[in-house]
Amino acid sequence: MKIADTIAPPPQQELPPQAPKPSKSARHRGDRIFLGLSRGSGIALLVIMAAIAAFLTWRTANALAVNEGNFFTTFDWNANADPPVFGIAVLAFGTVVSSVIAMALAVPIAVGIALFISHYAPRRLATPLGYVIDLLAAVPSIVYGLWGALFLVPHLSGLFYWMDDYLGWTGVFDYSGGAARSLFTVGIVLAIMILPIVTNVSREVFLQVPKMHEEAALALGATRWEVIRMSVLPFGRSGVISASMLGLGRALGETMAVATVLSPSFVIKLSLLDPGGGTFAQNIAAGFNEAGDVGRDALIASGLVLFVITLVVNGGARMIIARRKEYSGANA
Amino acid sequence: MSNAVLDTSPVDSADRGSDSLRHARLPRWAPLGIAVLSAALGSAVGLVADLSSKAQWGLIAALLFVGITFALTTAVEGVRQARDRLATSLVWVCFIAALVPLASLVWETVVRGIGLLDGYFLTHSMSGLRDLQPGGGVYHALIGTVQQVGLAALIAAPIGLLTAIYLVEYGGGKLARAVTFFVDVMTGIPSIVAGLFVLSFWIILLDFGYSGWAGAMALAILMMPIVVRSTEEMLKLVPNELREASLALGVPKWRTILKVVLPTAIGGITTGVMLAVARIAGETAPVMLLVFGAASINNNPFEGPQSSLPYFIWQQFKAGNQYAYDRAWAAALVLIGLVMLLNLLARGIARWKAPKAGR
Repeated sequence: MKIADTIAPPPQQELPPQAPKPSKSARHRGDRIFLGLSRGSGIALLVIMAAIAAFLTWRTANALAVNEGNFFTTFDWNANADPPVFGIAVLAFGTVVSSVIAMALAVPIAVGIALFISHYAPRRLATPLGYVIDLLAAVPSIVYGLWGALFLVPHLSGLFYWMDDYLGWTGVFDYSGGAARSLFTVGIVLAIMILPIVTNVSREVFLQVPKMHEEAALALGATRWEVIRMSVLPFGRSGVISASMLGLGRALGETMAVATVLSPSFVIKLSLLDPGGGTFAQNIAAGFNEAGDVGRDALIASGLVLFVITLVVNGGARMIIARRKEYSGANA
Repeated sequence: MSNAVLDTSPVDSADRGSDSLRHARLPRWAPLGIAVLSAALGSAVGLVADLSSKAQWGLIAALLFVGITFALTTAVEGVRQARDRLATSLVWVCFIAALVPLASLVWETVVRGIGLLDGYFLTHSMSGLRDLQPGGGVYHALIGTVQQVGLAALIAAPIGLLTAIYLVEYGGGKLARAVTFFVDVMTGIPSIVAGLFVLSFWIILLDFGYSGWAGAMALAILMMPIVVRSTEEMLKLVPNELREASLALGVPKWRTILKVVLPTAIGGITTGVMLAVARIAGETAPVMLLVFGAASINNNPFEGPQSSLPYFIWQQFKAGNQYAYDRAWAAALVLIGLVMLLNLLARGIARWKAPKAGR
C-alpha cells in the first residue's frame, strides 16, 4: 500500500565490527533487551490470537456437551431450558443473507466512489473527499444502528410496499406490513457501514495502477471510460475482491447496528422484507443478559463459529492483497 | 489489450468533414444544462403524479439525467463518447447516492441531539432516574469511556508499537511473517468475539466481576492490530539513510531506533494511535458483555460496573420511550463529536509532523 511498499525493508545490518571496547557488552545487552521486548510483543499478539481460539473452544466444548439438539441443524435457541436445545442454523442463515445483501448493495457503489475519487473528481476535491470517507469510517456502529432504527426504518415501509407490489410474487420480497425491521433493512444499514472501508481499499488499488498503462490507452485515443475498463479495472480486480471481502468480514461480525435495527425471531423465512431472523452477533447481544451458565456457553459457542468465519474471510482477503503486492511491486 | 480503441476511429474520420480533425462535441455547459432540465422535469413529474417522497423525485431526475445525456451524446458525439458520459454520470450518481444516507445520518444526529445537549446533560449521571423520566445526563458514561479507552490505550499502544518495531527493524523471519499475517487477521476480529474471549478468560475462568478494566482488555485486543498496522507504515517511511548514518557513527541499534527512527516517525505514530483510540471509543459490544452498565457514577474502573457512551446509547435506545430516545440522540451527538475531534486532531498532527524526507 502507498509509498511504503516501494521502499525496501531496512537491511539486516550487523553492528560495525570495530566497536569501542568498553561499551561493547553494555551495548549488546541493550540490543538484546530491546530485541527481546519487541519480539516478545510480537509473540504476545500471537499468543492472544491463540488464547482467543483456545478459550472460545473450551467454553464451546462445555456447551456442546449438554446440548440436546444438533448444533448445526437445530432451528431453536433454548439454551436456558432444561435440557438445553440450541442450534445455529437460523443465525447462520440470517448472518449470511444480511451480509450478502450488504455486499450486493455496497460493492458496486463503493467501486463507483473509488473511481470517482481516483479518476473523476476534480483534483482539488479528491483529497478532502478521501478525508470525508475516512471520517465516515469512524462513525461508531451504535450511531448507525440508532439512525437505522429510528430514522431509516419508518422511511422504508414505502419502498417495501412498492417492492411487494412489483416483486412480491417471488416470495422473497413479500411484505405484510408493520415496522420494516427485517433482514433486508439490516442489509441496507450494513451496506452503508461497509461502504467506507470498501471504498478506501479500492481507491488505494486504483491509485496504484501504473500511469504508463493509462497513458498508453489514452494515447491510442481511448475515452476515460475505456481507460478505466481496459487498464484500471483489470489491474484493480483482485484489490476490489479483497476490499469486498474485508467489508464482508466487517458485515458478518457487526453487532450493534443489527441488534438495534432487527426485530429478531428464531425462524427462517423466505421473505426478506418481513421482520424476523437473527445473526450471530445480534443473538449474543440480545441473549446475553438473560443467559444462565449454559446459555452463556451456548452464546460463546456461536461466537466461536463467527470467529472462524471471519478468520477465513479476512485471511483470504489478506492473502489476495499480499499476492497482488508482489506483482504490483514489479510494475512500480 | 483489445483493439476496441482502434477500430472505430478511421471510419469516424471518414464520416466527418475534411476541414476538422475534431469530433463534434456537446458544449461545455451541456451537463449542467441537462442536470437543470432533468431536475425540473423530475420535480414536474413528481408534482403531477403527486409523489409524496422527495427521494422519488430525485430518483426520477437522476434517471432522466442519465437517459438524456446518453441520448444526446450518442446523437452528437457517437457511441463511444456516449458510453464514456454514461459511465461518468453513473459514477457521479454512485457518489451522490452514497452521500445521501451519510449526510442524513449526521444531520439527524445533530438535529435530534442538539436539543438536550447542554452543560447539565454533560455533568449529571442517570443516578436515581428511571428511563421513563426526563432529565439526567451522560457524565457517568463519559467517565467510563475515558477510563476504559485510556486503559486500553495504555495496554495496546506499547505492545503495538514494539511489535511494529520488531516487524520493521528486526523482522524478516518466519515469526515476523506469522505476526504480520495474524495482525492483519486480527484487524477483522468482530468486537463481540473479543468481548466473549475476555468474558470466558477473566470472568468465567478467573472469576472476577464485571468492571471497566475487563472492558478495557477487550478494547485493547481490538486496538492492538490497528496500532501495529499504522506504526508499521510510518516506520517504513523513515529513510534508510538516517539509520545507516546513525549506525555508521557507532550508535547501537536500539539507540538508533529510540533516538533516530522513532522521533522521525513520531507524528505519524501519534496519529495512528489516536485514530485507533477513536475507533475503539465507539465500540459497544465488549462493554455490553464486560462492563455491564451502571446508572450512577463509578470512578473506579477496576471495581464494579461502569457505563460508557456507546453503551449508554444502547441502553437508552432499548428503554424505548421519547425521553430515552432524546437522551440517546444527544449521547450519540457527544460520541460523534468526540470521535470526530480525535480524528481531526490526529490529522492535524499528521500534517504538522509529517516526515519531511523519504519521498
